[in-house]
Amino acid sequence: MIEIKGLTKQFGKKPVVEDVSVTIEPGTITSFIGPNGAGKSTLLSMVSRLLEADTGEVLLDQNNVKKWKSTEFAKRVSILRQANYINVRLTVRELVSFGRYPYSKGRLNSEDNKFVDQAMEYMNLTDMQDMYLDELSGGQKQRAFIAMVIAQDTDYILLDEPLNNLDMKHSVQIMKILRKLVDDLGRTVVIVLHDINFASVYSDRIVALKNGKLVKNGATNEIINSDALRDIYDMDIPIQEQNGCRICVYFNSQTS
Amino acid sequence: MQKNSTKLIFLILLVIICVLLYGFYDIKGGFDYAFPRRMIRVAAMIITGIAISYSTVVFQTITHNRILTPSVMGLDSMYEVVQTFIYFFAGSMSVWIINKYLNFGAAVLAMVLFALFLYRFLFRADKHPIYLLLLIGMILGTLLGSFVTFLQVMIDPVEYLGLQTLLFASFTNVKAELLYIAIGILLLSFIYGYRIMKKLDVMSLGRENAINLGINYDRMVMNILILSSILIATSTALVGPITFLGLIVANLSYQYLVTYKHSVLILGASLISIVALVGGQFLVEHIFELRTTISVIINFVGGIYFIYLLIKESRASG
Amino acid sequence: MRLWMLLIATIILSIVSLFIGAIDIRLSDLLDWKSEETQIFLISRIPRLVAIILAGAGMSIAGLIMQALSRNKFVSPTTAGTLDAAKLGILISMLFITNVTYTEQIIFSFIFALLGTLLFMQILDRIKFTDAIFVPLIGIMFGNILSSITTFFAYEADIIQNISAWLMGSFTLIIAGRYELLYVSIPAVILAYLYANKFTVAGMGEEFAKNLGLSYKVVLNIGLILVAIISTTVVLTVGMIPFLGLIVPNIVSLYFGDNLRKTIPHTMLLGVVFLLVCDIVGRIIIHPYEIPVNITVAVIGSAIFLIMLFRGRAYAKK
Repeated sequence: MIEIKGLTKQFGKKPVVEDVSVTIEPGTITSFIGPNGAGKSTLLSMVSRLLEADTGEVLLDQNNVKKWKSTEFAKRVSILRQANYINVRLTVRELVSFGRYPYSKGRLNSEDNKFVDQAMEYMNLTDMQDMYLDELSGGQKQRAFIAMVIAQDTDYILLDEPLNNLDMKHSVQIMKILRKLVDDLGRTVVIVLHDINFASVYSDRIVALKNGKLVKNGATNEIINSDALRDIYDMDIPIQEQNGCRICVYFNSQTS
Repeated sequence: MQKNSTKLIFLILLVIICVLLYGFYDIKGGFDYAFPRRMIRVAAMIITGIAISYSTVVFQTITHNRILTPSVMGLDSMYEVVQTFIYFFAGSMSVWIINKYLNFGAAVLAMVLFALFLYRFLFRADKHPIYLLLLIGMILGTLLGSFVTFLQVMIDPVEYLGLQTLLFASFTNVKAELLYIAIGILLLSFIYGYRIMKKLDVMSLGRENAINLGINYDRMVMNILILSSILIATSTALVGPITFLGLIVANLSYQYLVTYKHSVLILGASLISIVALVGGQFLVEHIFELRTTISVIINFVGGIYFIYLLIKESRASG
Repeated sequence: MRLWMLLIATIILSIVSLFIGAIDIRLSDLLDWKSEETQIFLISRIPRLVAIILAGAGMSIAGLIMQALSRNKFVSPTTAGTLDAAKLGILISMLFITNVTYTEQIIFSFIFALLGTLLFMQILDRIKFTDAIFVPLIGIMFGNILSSITTFFAYEADIIQNISAWLMGSFTLIIAGRYELLYVSIPAVILAYLYANKFTVAGMGEEFAKNLGLSYKVVLNIGLILVAIISTTVVLTVGMIPFLGLIVPNIVSLYFGDNLRKTIPHTMLLGVVFLLVCDIVGRIIIHPYEIPVNITVAVIGSAIFLIMLFRGRAYAKK
């Protein structure tokens, strides 16, 4: 279980995340949503120890994240950030193999290779495993990075806006794969999302931030209603039900 | 495409040819006299080549670019500043000069501190564009250089002579006692390098991916900065500054051996620099019979290559 | 900072400059027309002051013209290879003409400075740079390449010491009979003043200039010729003075904007004041010896340039 307790982070004098406490339920997809600059990515970075918090702590299995050995932590929690510019030339397979580093320290055995093969299959990359990353489209590249994280074989997978730069088809594809990871393999996914409809349709729980503060935290159906969304986005957003999914129709909403 | 092992064997053959040519060409009667001398030079060139290649490749990995090198950022000018400082404030008879180990240690310490200071800017490379960093490095180099001259003007002329031999090292004037220190340092750095090669591979994925995969990134960066400062200090103490060698060989190695593996990249870059230094020195000394040292030519070629790289990068990013 | 304040500063510093030196000269000594002091005053002190004034004003104006024409705040004789080209010219003249005369040296140096600057402008034209920082980077490298050519040939011809002597920008050797060439820069500066408006317009780009009925090529060439004349005369008489043409126009532009006609007087005077201060500092610190002025200029100048880079990135982009 990941527990976030009273996390605060300031950049200069400006508080970006203020006293946020959330518990991540295992075996769920939790979406972080909120307007731009709400502190979603910063929060995720602190949970994944990319960024150090000013005050507060993050606990993984009751132990402070800072106390974890970095390799052991890397076997439990993985994080993928949005900008992944790499200036070395790597093939898809080489990149995905890096996911095994916490276990293999760079010397892959047959079991590691099995994980790599599986991860690529999961992300539909097997055909292009020998292609170089710079020959791929944005969506394919994103899938390759997600495959690396899957090969890392962690209980917790944290993703920071993985749908950025992806078209609708690939966005849906990736959300479905994440759903499969949770439902079939019992993983826990924490994801920062921009589009609330993806959050509504695919996630189990939603954590909403605004101006660095936690405004809502609950099961998806508790958050996706016009009252709660008004608190988060300062907009009146009508909800329509379609095939059991709640869709937020925000395209001609009145801002308050 | 050729396999990397073939390419490396080809490079090793080239190195052997260059060393043999340099060692035996036109040696005639003076064998007993000339051969050991030539071999000392070759040893110095090999050590320098490896030290510069090694430090440049790892430095470029942690700074995530292919134009910045420790030398371009003014690290070898720092060596001159330290030595001049010691002469100026402690004098030529002080223990800081006479004890070679102490002297070397002081120089390394100062260079490491300077590198850490520089890294405070490099660390925020996303905020400062790479060109700005480069320009700052060059200006710092000029500033340090002028400052050195400034102090040198004020040093007693007799003392200055001693300083001069310390600063204007070259391949033709290698100090044998430093050669042993250099070999020792290089061996130690290999032992450390063996442990971190795979970590370096992971670090080339960027800070965030590396942390994700369990690398203690910030501490590694610190260690590598110290490592590359020590290596640059070693080569500068041995043969003086060769500003652009690292830039050329590291980039050639990236291009020739398309791989992310640092063990291969560093080996390749080292072999290329040995070919460039020994082969180049052979051509300069024996074929063209020039007085110039190879460093002058490397800086000339390196300067042109540098402009080429800059223009290429600016097109890619613009 | 008004014009009259700069003028007063110039006058005060000039008087200070006249009465500082290895030999104490009092005003009363000058009353005796035949005294040794008067002779020193006439042969050494006054020529020195004149040389400082002409070099300071000239280099600042040269920088100003280059910045206007390239529309880049970081271009100057130091950061565009002009000075290095002039130096290469002198070397070539010495290599290819036996018993080279002073006039021949001037002509060679001038032609090279002009060609070098022209070549640099061509390079700038070719590349689509997006960052203002990029230009001085290439310029400095271009200069380094030229100067490594110079070093190479100087090594071969065994005149490396003479080369080092030119590197030293210094007023120490300025005495009557050795600085008069600098007077050539006076008409160049006057011409620059007359052409000021046209440089501003030409800096707006070829299309813009043509639209206003201005012959772009002619104005550009006149500008570059003026820069070459000034640089040549300064290099030949005083030596290399780095950064002067870079920082002075930038400081002036910071306070007075970019209307050349208005800022030329300020630029000239500030250049003189800056150089006078540097020269006086260099003469005081290790009195009765002297620190060559290029060192004080480089130390103070590169420090100011670094501050400019850090503070003024937004400003430089304008």
